Amino acid sequence: MNLNAYTGTRALLRLILRRDWLILSVCVILPALFAVVTVATFNQLLPSATSLEAFVSETANIPAEVALLGHIYIPTIAGLTAWRWSVYSAVLVGLGSALFVVRHTRTQEEAGRFELLDATVVGRQAALSASLLVTLGANLVIAALVAGGLIVYGLPVAGSVALGLSVAAVGATFAAVAGVAAQLTERAGTAKGIAVAVLGIGYLLRAAGDIGEHSVLSWLSPLGWMQQIKPFADERWGVFVLFIGAIALLTAMAFALSSQRDVGSGLVRPRPGPASASLRLRSPAALVWRLNRRSLLAWAVGFAVFGVVTGDLAKAGADQLTTSPQLLGLLARLGGSSGVSDGFFTLALTIVVEIAAVYALVTTLQMQSEEKEARVDPVLATPVGRLRWAGSYLLLTIVGTTVVLAAFSVPAGLTYGLSVGNVGYELPRVFAASMAYLPAILVMAGIAMALYGLIPKLTFLSWGALLGIIVIELLGELLQIGQSIQDVSPFTHVPKILVSEFSATPLIALMGVTVLLMVIGLLGFQRRSIG
Amino acid sequence: MSVIEIHSLTKRYGKHLALDGVDLEVERGEVFGFIGPNGAGKTTTLRILLGLLRKDSGTVTLLGGDPWRDVVSLHRRLAYVPGDVNLWPYLSGGEVIDLLARLRGGFDQSRRDELVARFKLDPTRQCRTYSKGNQQKVALIAALVSNVELLILDEPTLGLDPLMEAIFRECVVEAKGAGTTVLLSSHILSEVEALCDRISIINEGRIVETGSLAELRHLTRTTVSVETRRPITGLTRLPGVYNPTVEGAHARFSVDADAVNRVLRYLTQFDVRALTSAPPTLEDLFLRHYKLQEGVMR
Repeated sequence: MNLNAYTGTRALLRLILRRDWLILSVCVILPALFAVVTVATFNQLLPSATSLEAFVSETANIPAEVALLGHIYIPTIAGLTAWRWSVYSAVLVGLGSALFVVRHTRTQEEAGRFELLDATVVGRQAALSASLLVTLGANLVIAALVAGGLIVYGLPVAGSVALGLSVAAVGATFAAVAGVAAQLTERAGTAKGIAVAVLGIGYLLRAAGDIGEHSVLSWLSPLGWMQQIKPFADERWGVFVLFIGAIALLTAMAFALSSQRDVGSGLVRPRPGPASASLRLRSPAALVWRLNRRSLLAWAVGFAVFGVVTGDLAKAGADQLTTSPQLLGLLARLGGSSGVSDGFFTLALTIVVEIAAVYALVTTLQMQSEEKEARVDPVLATPVGRLRWAGSYLLLTIVGTTVVLAAFSVPAGLTYGLSVGNVGYELPRVFAASMAYLPAILVMAGIAMALYGLIPKLTFLSWGALLGIIVIELLGELLQIGQSIQDVSPFTHVPKILVSEFSATPLIALMGVTVLLMVIGLLGFQRRSIG
Repeated sequence: MSVIEIHSLTKRYGKHLALDGVDLEVERGEVFGFIGPNGAGKTTTLRILLGLLRKDSGTVTLLGGDPWRDVVSLHRRLAYVPGDVNLWPYLSGGEVIDLLARLRGGFDQSRRDELVARFKLDPTRQCRTYSKGNQQKVALIAALVSNVELLILDEPTLGLDPLMEAIFRECVVEAKGAGTTVLLSSHILSEVEALCDRISIINEGRIVETGSLAELRHLTRTTVSVETRRPITGLTRLPGVYNPTVEGAHARFSVDADAVNRVLRYLTQFDVRALTSAPPTLEDLFLRHYKLQEGVMR
């Protein structure tokens, strides 16, 4: 091994910490905070052993819960905490770790910042090793904080440590996945996409394994391994060997790939483009489309895969439930087996639309990066007015969000409809239920546009708003957040068509809010200085 | 008739006063040089002219219109090359040229091909694979390909090699021949000297000098280097002589334009063997202005 290649790792490590210490600190504290809140809530919610038993036996048999969160391995407060907290946390920690590694490797490289660094005494592996080390360190701190928080709260020591470490292990694994992905492509966006796709597949495999008969599927996913450690339920420490092996293998792969390639390049060489533009490339809208068509396709494919799996799981869940006689009461309450799958779709949708909202924010806020990188200047120096340019981006946001929602709901409705032999009934229902979320998602885009047009420095608040809404959506009932706070979220007002009555009023109101926010943003944008 | 008229233009960024009462007038058909060091306010002025920035006070007229209000109609009549060219990384150079020219209202294909050939640009490469100079070429071709009344060029030769710089100069001369007005900001002095009819010098947000090169040269000193048989004495006492360095029979100094004759007469008494005098370059003129501002000049 050429040790010179790693020279400068320490300097880069300091650089990363200096750039990102604030966001790192926040991200490292959050999981522990949520863990403690989860324990506290369960303690309050289920004060007696009988209420605990009842809750466990009820939720353990709801397929949607099993698919989303996995099995409850031991009916104690600690076991419930591990069940409720670990999957979501692991997904978020894995996502954060992956994005962080790409941010400090390929993103920097794509921006050409390594040219400057590599000319100094910084080895070619230094950036990769520094970003992996920081991420690993951050994950260990997460593990320590989580374990510490839970132990202080009185949970068993061994289980608390196992739980913290299991989530940290998922984070480290996806950091290594991102390390590999960053070597494969020249575009940071694609590298992120690969890492997120691997995470998504991992989640789906675990969901399919947990809910179906093929529990072996769960063993193909790092998220499955995490659950198999079974914190608080006689921990299986041996499972950590799988994590260590995977992390070592992926890291070695990343370093090997990185040593073989030129700075700035990926494994795929850049192809020459067309010598002249296609005849359609003659308007700002065409430019926006040209810049975004590939990423929209990638998003749509991801949503379609998720749709197929969701449709399939809905069927599996309904089957399992109908073969389980002790649940007939519950079944009746939910309105038969179709009621169960409707509930499942409704639950799955709450997650899907949050991801669709991420897409809407990303595309809307692309305006800001175009402005920051001064790519908007040559366009606005032509007879293209600001409204036309910004309008093109908003159009993309609207069309793109519609496309990704359709890309989810059509395959989901088809898969489920075909499996129960009633496509003509199921497909339109699932489609309509998804599309009902469009105005609510666009409210988020409207918030982003209003901030961008009026006070571009504060656009990060639109991400904060989305994060807050996700917390309300996912934890609202668990944390017993009051209705008035839940009402802040536009998603709360969307009629859940599959399980309740349709009502057009909230949709029209949400559209009105969207239009208002976007108009405010456009007016602000037209009045302010560019750059 | 003036193509650009700016009067007492000010612009603030927070506490920093970027433009402090700028006056500028560009006549139709001329090549106007706008020079100053980095951060002097050149780009800010140009971006106000393009309606990208809002002015704080003053009046700005561009092609008879208001650059903030009449953006779209005015932009049909001009082309702009930004100082810091950033292109879409995954579009090819050819696509960018065509797109920008079409947004401006179309272009002549043969003219476009001719420019691509003259600047030796490979239009099939993705923009991220271009060097700084090649990105600059893309922006230049996209601007020059359009048939416009006014070209606004912000440091257009940054990153170009000398060969390409020569071609750029040809293009500006051609544009002028076709009646196009050119506003050229630069700190590359030879470029401005070679191309411009008139120039304005800006420093710290203020125009410090405006005029034709000949007019501005008149204000500056000639640099003289002289060799004599006998050592020169008493040079420091002569009015109009600056920074003299005397080493035995060799002397260097600069001299005010109106003192040249008197100083030459004085020198002949030491028996002149060789004498070179350099006309003031724009650089001297430039440095002199900055030194005056900083109070370094004696």
